[in-house]
Amino acid sequence: MAQHQVNYASSGGLPVALTTVDKLLNWGRSNSLWPLTYGLACCAIEMMASGASRFDFDRMGVIFRASPRQADVMILAGTLSKKHAEFARRLYDQMAEPKWVISMGSCANTGGMFNTYATVQGVDRIIPVDIYLPGCAPRPETLQYAMMMLQKKIRRESADMKKRKLQRFV
Amino acid sequence: MRKYTPKDNVQAKAKYTDRFWVAPQVPRLPVEEDAHFAAVLEKIKGAVEVLDAYIEIGQLVIHIRPEQNIDALRTLKEECGYAMCSELSAVDYLAQDGEFEIFYQMLNLDEAKRVRFLTRIKENQAIESIVPLYAMAKFAEREMYDMFGIVVNNHPYLKRIIMPDDWEGHPLRKTYPLEGDEFASWYEVDKIFGKEYRDIIGPELRDPARIDRYDTQRFARIGHEVPFGADPELVDETETPIEYSSDFLVDYNKGPHKVLDKRK
Repeated sequence: MAQHQVNYASSGGLPVALTTVDKLLNWGRSNSLWPLTYGLACCAIEMMASGASRFDFDRMGVIFRASPRQADVMILAGTLSKKHAEFARRLYDQMAEPKWVISMGSCANTGGMFNTYATVQGVDRIIPVDIYLPGCAPRPETLQYAMMMLQKKIRRESADMKKRKLQRFV
Repeated sequence: MRKYTPKDNVQAKAKYTDRFWVAPQVPRLPVEEDAHFAAVLEKIKGAVEVLDAYIEIGQLVIHIRPEQNIDALRTLKEECGYAMCSELSAVDYLAQDGEFEIFYQMLNLDEAKRVRFLTRIKENQAIESIVPLYAMAKFAEREMYDMFGIVVNNHPYLKRIIMPDDWEGHPLRKTYPLEGDEFASWYEVDKIFGKEYRDIIGPELRDPARIDRYDTQRFARIGHEVPFGADPELVDETETPIEYSSDFLVDYNKGPHKVLDKRK
């Protein structure tokens, strides 16, 4: 038997938190972003450094997953060649919704210095991109900043998938 | 009228060239200068027809007929100890001579000597594979086929090695533009989404200095600044005169100054 009765309604600090479904979902989504282990070129080295102990992505809840089925974020780290574009798009399609894309580095953003026949001139030609991260190659801190920007963006999103899609493709 | 540009060589060229500049030539020494190379050349001459031979930067260069490439290489490998073929590829001289030049760079590891075989073939002529002699040619000849479209006879697996299998064109030919042809520019769109998506995705933007004065998100026209992402029609209507701060920018034309009568 309880020795004392807890009066929730009058006990000052309510153990009840009021929020919206949007905020709750976005809080959960934005704080455990799992990117895909997917490196294309030299930017991938910086991405790996971001994940390793010195820069430590784990403390932000960012854990690299080796399967697109388990990943929320695709970091396109490096030059995307036209031969590989098909497979990048397939990996993106295999990721479960909700999913976000960071285009990392000049090559992924615009083709960069590879103004040639074999390079995709910006990954947004094949995949919708949420965050464009400039740099050649961007430092791990920059990638972390991009991830924080993505978190900010997610926190503004609606949990409603239909609305979310509209927001993205506006 | 637009200036005529030859279509057989579309590669970028220097805009300004010196009329009287002569490309420096590497001196070609007679083969007799080196005893080892002289002996090699004698053995090659015994096996195949040698069109030309000289020593260039310490390397023996031998011109041979394309049909005799395998005989020449066999002699070099079995009788002269050149156990390694370090490189094999082609050079596009189609615009100049209507021919490809194929080279085989050979290395003798015991003597530390290098020999290069050069041979010329026409555009649609095939060459015999050297895979029975050197296994490295499996990849090198596939690359030559991929990049130049030179067919290699009796190759075990002649297939594109770098470009995708369904690629059109051979990128190292001089007729192939660096930024790709029509097929290359739509390749990933056609493959992933289909041709009907070309209109939605649009052509590639390849101009690094592209400026769009009506793009109010990425560009601000000086003197016609509008808020970020504003209606592009405002760009021409608004006019903001440029104001200079008198504290930082001094107009020297206005103030009293002395004009010298003559040069000091």
